[in-house]
Amino acid sequence: MSEGIITMAYIIASILFILALGGLSNQETARKGNYYGMAGMAIALVATIAGIVTGNYLLMLGCITLGGLVGFILAKKVEMTQMPELVAILHSLVGLAAILVGFGTYLDHSVEFTGAELTIHNVEIYLGVLIGALTFSGSVFAYLKLSAKIGGKPLTLPGRHFFNLILLIAAVYFLFAFIGADSSDAGLNFLIIMTGISLLFGIHMVMAIGGADMPVVVSMLNSYSGWAAAATGFMLSNDLLIVIGALVGSSGAILSYIMCRAMNRKFLAVIAGGFGTSSGGDSGQASQGDAGDVQSIDAESVALLLNGAKKVMILPGYGMAVAQAQHSVFEMSRKLREQGVEVGFGIHPVAGRMPGHMNVLLAEARVPYDIVFEMDEINEDFPNVDVSIVIGANDIVNPAAQEEPNSPIAGMPVLEPWLGKTTVVLKRSMASGYAGVDNPLFYKENTRMLFGDAKVSIDDVLKNL
Amino acid sequence: MRIGIPKEIRQGEKRVATTPEVAEIIRGLGYEVTIESNAGLAANYSDEAYKEAGVEVIESTKELWEKSDIILKVRAPETHPELAIDEVELLRKEQVLISFIQPGINTELMEKLAVQGGSVLAMDSVPRISRAQKMDALSSMANIAGYRAVVEAAQHFGRFFTGQITAAGKVPPAKVLVIGAGVAGLAAIGAAKSMGAIVRAFDTRPEVKEQVESMDADFLMLDFEEEEDGSGEGGYAKIMSEEFIKKEMELFARQAMEVDIVITTALIPGKPSPELWTEAMVESMKDGSVVVDLAAEMGGNCKLTEKDKVVVKHGVKLIGYTDLPSRLAAQASQLYATNLRHLLTDMTPEKDGLLQIDMEDEVIRGCTVIKQGEVTWPPPAPRLYAVPEKEKDKEERAATVPASEKPNPIKQLLGFGFCGVLLLLLGSVAPADFMSHFTVFVLSCFIGYMVIWNVSPSLHTPLMSVTNAISSIIIIGALLQISSSDDLSKYLAAFAILITSINIVGGFAVTQRMLAMFRK
Repeated sequence: MSEGIITMAYIIASILFILALGGLSNQETARKGNYYGMAGMAIALVATIAGIVTGNYLLMLGCITLGGLVGFILAKKVEMTQMPELVAILHSLVGLAAILVGFGTYLDHSVEFTGAELTIHNVEIYLGVLIGALTFSGSVFAYLKLSAKIGGKPLTLPGRHFFNLILLIAAVYFLFAFIGADSSDAGLNFLIIMTGISLLFGIHMVMAIGGADMPVVVSMLNSYSGWAAAATGFMLSNDLLIVIGALVGSSGAILSYIMCRAMNRKFLAVIAGGFGTSSGGDSGQASQGDAGDVQSIDAESVALLLNGAKKVMILPGYGMAVAQAQHSVFEMSRKLREQGVEVGFGIHPVAGRMPGHMNVLLAEARVPYDIVFEMDEINEDFPNVDVSIVIGANDIVNPAAQEEPNSPIAGMPVLEPWLGKTTVVLKRSMASGYAGVDNPLFYKENTRMLFGDAKVSIDDVLKNL
Repeated sequence: MRIGIPKEIRQGEKRVATTPEVAEIIRGLGYEVTIESNAGLAANYSDEAYKEAGVEVIESTKELWEKSDIILKVRAPETHPELAIDEVELLRKEQVLISFIQPGINTELMEKLAVQGGSVLAMDSVPRISRAQKMDALSSMANIAGYRAVVEAAQHFGRFFTGQITAAGKVPPAKVLVIGAGVAGLAAIGAAKSMGAIVRAFDTRPEVKEQVESMDADFLMLDFEEEEDGSGEGGYAKIMSEEFIKKEMELFARQAMEVDIVITTALIPGKPSPELWTEAMVESMKDGSVVVDLAAEMGGNCKLTEKDKVVVKHGVKLIGYTDLPSRLAAQASQLYATNLRHLLTDMTPEKDGLLQIDMEDEVIRGCTVIKQGEVTWPPPAPRLYAVPEKEKDKEERAATVPASEKPNPIKQLLGFGFCGVLLLLLGSVAPADFMSHFTVFVLSCFIGYMVIWNVSPSLHTPLMSVTNAISSIIIIGALLQISSSDDLSKYLAAFAILITSINIVGGFAVTQRMLAMFRK
C-alpha cells in the first residue's frame, strides 16, 4: 500500500477521533461518538497492518485477539463503582506500552539518524519513555489506592519536595548523559536508569496524594497517557499518534483543571500532595462542636419528612459508591416522583473518585439524566428545597469552605443544602471527611443525621415511604 | 450523678422540667433520674409513665433534694408557706440547680442562692447565638405564649376569625394586630393567620419585615424620615426616640379604630414594659374587641390590663395572663425538657453522667449565674463575631480572589515572551521534519482544547474511558516494530500490542456500556 493511502487513512482516523470526542458534548450524540471512535481505530489499525507490517502476522494477530478478549471481558465484568480502578489500570497499560515502544525504537537500528536529528530523536525517545514510566507506575499505584489494596492516606515523607527535586535533577542529568552516550549500550543503560527514576517518581507522586484528590490524579494520568502517545508519535515521526496524543493530553489536562477549580486548589499543590496534614492545626479551631451537638433522626422520621416535602434534592458522594446504594437511591427517587415530589440530584464536580463518577453510578441505577444537575445549576435553588439528602458526602457540602477563612478548604465551591429547609445527612459515623476538616453542616439547626450504612438506611426509609 | 425533678410549687404552675420521653434520653447520658411523685400530673405525665422510662419516683420533696446532685426546675426557687417548703434552703453545696432565674430582676434571690454555695444555671440567660438555639427556653416558651395568646383571644372574641359568606349573611374576617414580631409575635401571627384572620404586625426592627411578610401578614410601616433601627443586643428591641414613639402612637391610634384583636408582645427584659396601647386606644376600639397583653408580668403594654386576669373596660376584654405557657402544659413541658436535655448533653461531653461546668464554653458561661456560691452574673459581653466579620471576610475574599485569578500582565507577557524565544531557539536547530510534526502537535492541542470544553460534565467518566481507548493508538508504534528481525524488539512489540489491545477493546466496550445506561 502506498504511503499516500496510509497517510490519508490516518487523516480520516484523526477526524473520526475528533468527532468521537466532540460527540460527548451531550448524551444524545455520545453513543454515535463512540462508534466514530471505534471506526477511527479500525481504519488506523487496518491501514497500518496492511501497509507497514511485513511479517510475524501470526504473533501479531494472536496478541491482538488475546488482548482484545481480555479487554472485552474486563469491560463486561467491571462494576460501575469500580470504574475509577478500571480507568487507572487501563492508563497504566498505555504507559507501559509507551515504555516498550520507546525501548524498541531505541534498539531498532533500521533508520540511522545523524547530527541534530539524532539528538532530537534521542530526546523524543527519552521523553516518551519518561512520561510512559511515570504514567505506568503512577497509574498502578492509583489503581492500588482506588481499590483499597493500599491505604488511601497520603504518604508524606520528610523532605518529600526535596526528594522530588533530586529525582528531577537526576532525570535531566541522565538526559544529557543519554544524548552524549557514545555507544548504544551505554545509552541503553542510561535509559534504564532513567526509567527507574521515573517509575519511582510516579509512585511517590501518587502515594503523596490522598483519596479525595483522586479525581485530579486520575485525570492527570489520563493526560499523561496522551502526552506519552504524543511523544511516541514524535519518536516514530507518526502524525496520527501526535494528533491523538495531543487530543487526549489536552483532554486530561482540562479535566484536571476543572477538578482543581472545583476544589479551589492549585494543580501544583495537589501534585505536591499531603493535603489535610499540613493545615491540620487550623481544623481544630474550625470545629464548631462535638458529636453531642448533632441531632440524629431515624429512618421513619426521614420518610415522614420526605412525604411532606414538595422538592427533594439528593446529593451523593463517594460514600454512596462505597455502600453500593445507588439502586436503593433510585428506588427512593422513583417512589417520591410517583407521589408527585420533585426530585433532583446535585452532583459536585469532585464527588467520587474520578470526574463524572456519580453520573455514571446514577445512570447505572437508571436515574434519568435530565434530573441530575451540576452544582452550579442547583445551588441557587436550595432555598426552595424542602429536604436535601446528603449520601456519603462530606467536604463537598462543607459550609466551612465559605464561612471559615482559615479552613483548609476555604474558597472551595460547595453545594449549599443548608440554605434549604431541612438537610438529612447519611453517614456511618461522626468521623471527619478526607480533608480532615470538621463539617459545621452537621451542627446546623436544620440538619439531621441518619447514622448507619447508606444502603441500609435508604432501604429503611424506602420501607416507610 | 443523680438528677432530681421536684414538683413545681408555684400556684397554678402546670409545667414540669422533664417528660418521660426526654428522661430516657437523659439516662442515656449516664445520669440517674428521680422525680417527685405527681410532678408531671398537671401536664398529663403520670408517675407510671416516668417509671416506665426508668425514672425513680420519690414521695418526699426534701428527700428528693437531698438525694440529687442536679435539680431541674421550671420556676425559680421560692418559698411556699403552706407546704412549708423553702426551695432556696434546700439547695446544698456542690448541688447544681438549673431553672429559670431572671438574675437581673431577682437580685434578692440571687444573693440567697449564692449563700447556699451551690451552682445555678439560668435557662433565661442562655446567650442568643445560633449554636445555643436548641437550648433557648425563652424562645420555646415565647412560641407557646404567642400561640396560646391567639387561642385565648379566640375564646373571648365573640365572632369567627375567618370571613365567611353563608346563607344567613356575610361574616367579615377578624382583624388582628400583633405588636412586636419576636418569637411570640411570629407565633401569634402564624396561629391567627391559620385561623383565617387578617393579620397586621408592627415592629421597631425593620429587618423582621421579611419574616412577617413570609407568613403572609402585612407589616405596618411608619412614614418616618430618619432611618431608625430598633435592633438591640441579642435580638431584642431597644427603646426608641421620642419622635419615633409619637409616630408609632399615631399609627396605633388609627389601627385601634379598625382592628378587633390586639396582641402586644413588647417585653424588654428586666425593665418595665413600654406603654403602647393607651386608654384612649382601648376606648376607640369596637365593643367586644380583645386585647391580649403578653407583657403583663412587667406592667403591661396596656396600662388597663391586670396581671393574671381578664377584665372588661370600655367594652373591651383585656387579657393579662402571665402563665400562657403553663396553660399549654404538656407542650411547654416537652419543649422545655428538650431544651434542658440539649444543655445537659453539651455539659456531659463524655456521656458518663458527670456534669461539667465549662466556663470556656460561651453558652455554658452565659447561663451559669452562680458557680459554687460565687455570683458570675452578668457574663462578659458576648463575642459578636458572626455577622459583621463574615461580611467583611466576604468582601475581603471578593477583593483578593479576582486579584489572584488575574495574573500580573507583565508577568504574563514575560511568560509568553520566554516561551516564544524558546520556540524560536528550537526552530533554529530543529530539522524541517520535526517542525511539521510540531505544527500538527500544537494545532491538535488547540483542537482538543476546543472540543473538550464542550463535553458535558456528566459525561466525564465516559470521556476518560474513550480517551483511554484512543490513546492506545500507540499500538501503531508497536505494529511498526513487530516485523523487526531483532528478537528482543519483536517480543517487546508483541507484548505492547497485547496490552494496548486490552486497552482498545476494553476502553471502547466499557464506554459503550456506560453510554447505554444514560437515559432520560
